[in-house]
Amino acid sequence: MKELNELKFPDDVRYAESHEWARSEGDRVKVGISDYAQDQLGDIVFVELPEVGDTLDKGEEFGTVESVKAVSELYMPLAGEVVAINETLEDAPEKVNNTPYGDGWMIEIKAENPSELDGLLDNDAYLGTLKG
Amino acid sequence: MTRMRYLPHTPEDIAAMLKAVRIDSLEGLFAHIPDDCRRQEALNIPENLTEWELNDHMDTLAGSMAVSPDYKVFMGAGSYEHHIPSAVSFLLGRSEFVTAYTPYQPEVSQGTLQAIYEYQTLTSRLLGMEVANASQYDGASSLAEAMLMAIRVSRKKAVAISRAVHPLYRRVLETYFEPTDLEIRELPYLGDGTTDLSSLNDMDDLGGVAVQSPNFFGCLENVADIKQTIENKKALLVVCFSEPLAYGIYKNPGECGADIACGEGQSLGIPRMFGGPALGMFASKMKYVRNMPGRLVGETVDLDGRRGHVLTLSTREQHIRREKATSNICTNNSLCALAAVMYMAALGGTGFKKLAQLNYDKAEYLKNALTRGGFKLPFSRATFNEFVVEFPAGFSKTYQRLLKKKMIAGLPLVDFYPELKNHYLLCATETITKADIDTLVQEIKK
Repeated sequence: MKELNELKFPDDVRYAESHEWARSEGDRVKVGISDYAQDQLGDIVFVELPEVGDTLDKGEEFGTVESVKAVSELYMPLAGEVVAINETLEDAPEKVNNTPYGDGWMIEIKAENPSELDGLLDNDAYLGTLKG
Repeated sequence: MTRMRYLPHTPEDIAAMLKAVRIDSLEGLFAHIPDDCRRQEALNIPENLTEWELNDHMDTLAGSMAVSPDYKVFMGAGSYEHHIPSAVSFLLGRSEFVTAYTPYQPEVSQGTLQAIYEYQTLTSRLLGMEVANASQYDGASSLAEAMLMAIRVSRKKAVAISRAVHPLYRRVLETYFEPTDLEIRELPYLGDGTTDLSSLNDMDDLGGVAVQSPNFFGCLENVADIKQTIENKKALLVVCFSEPLAYGIYKNPGECGADIACGEGQSLGIPRMFGGPALGMFASKMKYVRNMPGRLVGETVDLDGRRGHVLTLSTREQHIRREKATSNICTNNSLCALAAVMYMAALGGTGFKKLAQLNYDKAEYLKNALTRGGFKLPFSRATFNEFVVEFPAGFSKTYQRLLKKKMIAGLPLVDFYPELKNHYLLCATETITKADIDTLVQEIKK
């Protein structure tokens, strides 16, 4: 596992304490897991995602991510309807390890209340929770 | 209580151990348990017996049962009498297999893991499925786990099950579902002995549809039709069985489009012993593997590139996923699974087919003899080694008379299906001879 200063925490996304990130892209919000989360999990071998059309509350489970040593649940950073899922993860789950904020994105949602995004942590605050 | 001879500790041993943990008596070991949680009166069980008394007692119990070879047993109904090759009994009795309780550590258990892997391989082939697990407890728990899996995959809240599925399997399913908010709907059976699918069209909220084939009446279901009926729904097709030998001559669940195949494997080299032990066989399409219950053994290579076996996809299981596990059963029926793989390997593909044909022929001979004797076969569908006969009213007296002559003329169905008075489920496997059948039919006609 890497030291915190070796991990990337971009400032164009917001973070949930449960280690998901959310990025506003037009009228949609893209969601994935943070560099810290993928690093803690280790080699990711499977990502289970919801179905397009599912409507989920903030904090509700939207899928699971499985690595060689653990399985973790994925939680909605904000409420909304799932409008797209990253189907390429089915064959290439390692994208989550390699580019967690890019090709390793997981779902795209149409936020019920886009202002919920502002309630999430910015990169400094998130880093603060990691430092404990 | 007198001391039992199998307890190895002497009073001196016990005193030394008590001293080491600084208590005065064995009672002190339980001092932390609140009084009202402890049973105050003695257990209501008989005093211990000597070895000779115990043997006598067991003989009396055994003598009270009507079992082969003393009796000619024309009853299957989920548990089948088959010859077991001596090689199976011999191999199974080897201490490497028989003394080990589900040993899964790859460092010390390559033999057992390989045997389980081979069991999974042959089970997959027999059932026509892509992946099989290391086994469940029995056919009933396999079915219940299959229905829970269908719910997980489909994310629905209801399942449908045919009334022609083994009644005891259905009871276990009800037990599994009882504390949940999941719903079980029953599909009635038709006059030909197969499941009535007509209500399925109106059920769009189903997660799974389960039938047994051959079903409890021995009849083959139109599994392909069911597949077609639920084609555009999210429901998984669960095909259950109690006599896997049937797939030696009939299409297996995979060929009929099953998403999950599950059932009882007692037929494959496991003797009938007072209802057990049993073997839950469980197999699925690969795309659902992460939702499967139970243990899975996989093949891999070690650092030097040599073939080896390990448990795989364990992240589905309780020791890793805790309450999110696919099942709370974290073990398998290892010795019974080994009996089944040894049995299948001993017969081979050709032997398996021949044996299945023999079972079919025996049952057809019995069927024809009964029809010629004027007895009615209510269900017209094709069967394997068992089938339903409708005897004239008052047959229960004949049944008792036959029992005195050491013949068991099937299972009375009225206990499970009140509408099927005087209907009996009869079975003939390869262990029944032509002469046995002729005698039975003659005696019934008297």
